[in-house]
Amino acid sequence: MSEAKPRIRVRGLTKIFGDKAGAALPLLAAGQNRAEVQKQTGAVIGLHDVSFDVGEGEILVVMGLSGSGKSTCLRCINRLIEPTSGTVFVDDTDVTALDERALMEFRRTRFGMVFQQFALFPHRTILRNVEYGLEVQGVAAEARRERALAAIETVGLKGWDQHYPSQLSGGMQQRAGLARALALNPDVLLMDEAFSALDPLIRRDMQQELVALQKRLKKTIVFVSHDLDEAIALGGRIVLMKDGRVVQEGTAADFLANPADDYVRRFVEHIDVLGVVTAGDAMRAPAAVKPWQSTAAEALASLVQTGEPVMTVVCHEGRFQGTVDADTLRRAGETELRLLLSDREACVPTSATLNETVAKLAGGRGEIAVIDAERLLRGVIANADLVAALARRRADTAH
Amino acid sequence: MAFEIPRIPLAEWCDVALDWATEHFSGVTRAVSAVVGAGIEGTTDFLVGLPPWLVIAAFGLLVWRLTTARIALATVIGFAFLWNLELWRATLQSLVLVLVSTLFALAIGIPIGVTAALSKRFWRVVAPALDMMQTMPSFVYLIPAIPFFGLGAVSACFATIVFAMPPTIRLTALGIMQTPAELVEAADAFGSSRWQKLFKVQLPLAIPTIMAGINQTIMLALSMVVIAAMIGAGGLGGEVWKAIQRLEAGQGFQAGIAIVVLAVILDRITQHIARHIRRDRQIERG
Repeated sequence: MSEAKPRIRVRGLTKIFGDKAGAALPLLAAGQNRAEVQKQTGAVIGLHDVSFDVGEGEILVVMGLSGSGKSTCLRCINRLIEPTSGTVFVDDTDVTALDERALMEFRRTRFGMVFQQFALFPHRTILRNVEYGLEVQGVAAEARRERALAAIETVGLKGWDQHYPSQLSGGMQQRAGLARALALNPDVLLMDEAFSALDPLIRRDMQQELVALQKRLKKTIVFVSHDLDEAIALGGRIVLMKDGRVVQEGTAADFLANPADDYVRRFVEHIDVLGVVTAGDAMRAPAAVKPWQSTAAEALASLVQTGEPVMTVVCHEGRFQGTVDADTLRRAGETELRLLLSDREACVPTSATLNETVAKLAGGRGEIAVIDAERLLRGVIANADLVAALARRRADTAH
Repeated sequence: MAFEIPRIPLAEWCDVALDWATEHFSGVTRAVSAVVGAGIEGTTDFLVGLPPWLVIAAFGLLVWRLTTARIALATVIGFAFLWNLELWRATLQSLVLVLVSTLFALAIGIPIGVTAALSKRFWRVVAPALDMMQTMPSFVYLIPAIPFFGLGAVSACFATIVFAMPPTIRLTALGIMQTPAELVEAADAFGSSRWQKLFKVQLPLAIPTIMAGINQTIMLALSMVVIAAMIGAGGLGGEVWKAIQRLEAGQGFQAGIAIVVLAVILDRITQHIARHIRRDRQIERG
């Protein structure tokens, strides 16, 4: 966890369906697996000992195939499904310990939920749908309407507020679903396969918009998905589940680099490596780098010696300033590098994916700088480094 | 050795139960009867006292507002036809009886249906009772109605309520139980209380189904009101009953056709309202 204090803490969450939960728990504790317990007691294990944290303003993707328990897990967080044991803390509140009334209050103000099949109320207009949560809270009609309209505008549905859900396309319906959750201004958004029912193109748009929205609104989001590409597009940490347990937790790149077991390995086998590996993973230490008061002659000597395509130039503090190519250096003699600089933008942040890196590389001179948030030079990537990085990943996932 | 199995005295038990109930409750029921009877008679007399063309026009306007001009026109023509047959008074008697019985049936049936939908245990008690109410030959209800409410319109009303209520209960419960699970879940996720869920989500979504139940209740009420002529309810059923006793086939058919006309009018109006609500709310299911 990068954040000091996680917003949501899930600890030892277990859900056993059926009335034989009492009999099943000790068997699970004794280390029997899901199939064995089900055979002996008839109880179906939905979740077993699931723990994870979600940081403030983070998108955590809970991922798994159908039947892995990911949706059950999400519903245990706001207790639409009552967990058999375990705790869920949101900030300092133990959600699992709330009585019925307190839980209702908590849901009204703290949780926004978005559903796979949208679950809009067909008898209410979009406005009245988005108002629903506020209406239940007892917010006065005027304020309710205002906040709902603002939420409708946020998701890009301005002007559709008087339509009924059935008059809208799937993508627009889900925007309304998102607006309904956002109108409450909740701390936590629970999104259950929110984009899975949409067409691929619209799905991708919605993913990008959610990421943009997230940057602006800084909600804490738990997003359930079965789609690894979606998890990568949302860009956060992933909790990978199988048979009601957490198999591995980390970023997609972690899964690629250090798969916990064969299941994870198979899961990430067909991953789009370019979208997961970052410039920070692929970069190497810069060989030809000079401060900007150096002369062209010095730079040229260094460039010839290292065989780099361009000279990378930094300022006193080590911030990336731009590049100078060999031809320019040859013509320039004793001129200071700072006067010869070009391509101030020939750089990517360490967090950039290889997809973004490739785009930059293609338009440049065969090498780009990798910088951090302060523009400090961290490394460089040339065409050959990119190929090498891809080759390494392929080798990793080939077994 | 002759071995005689005694007959179970079921009829006697029923009599005992009814006698007991009559003894203890008939005071109350007679009082209720007096009030309701006065209401029914007063309404009927008031309508009969007005000029028929005025009543027909008023009906036409009301139906026009609720439905379409076409159905309103059909209503006007239908009523004018009944007036022409000199069955005006009987028609109004039947209509008032049907409407009053239906109102009572809805006032009692809808809450029962809602409760049944929300409580499985209650549903387990209500379901067999409904089956019995609907399977019992309708004439049987007329017999105990008399000691409680006396001969006439109120007994007819009582029997009609018992007979016509089951579809309203059943379809109200069905409509609520059929609320899509994901919508109930969404309502829960946003922290709705039980009542909020009922009034903001379940009931509005169930309205088309409930309307179908109301339509059936009205139709059953009409058929029972006709049968109730046997205990002096009068109306169009009374005309049929008279025709039977005098063996006047023509008169009988005339009254029968009048009943059909009334039934068609009531059916079209309620069906249209049900469909209209469905379309109005843009409800698409399945």
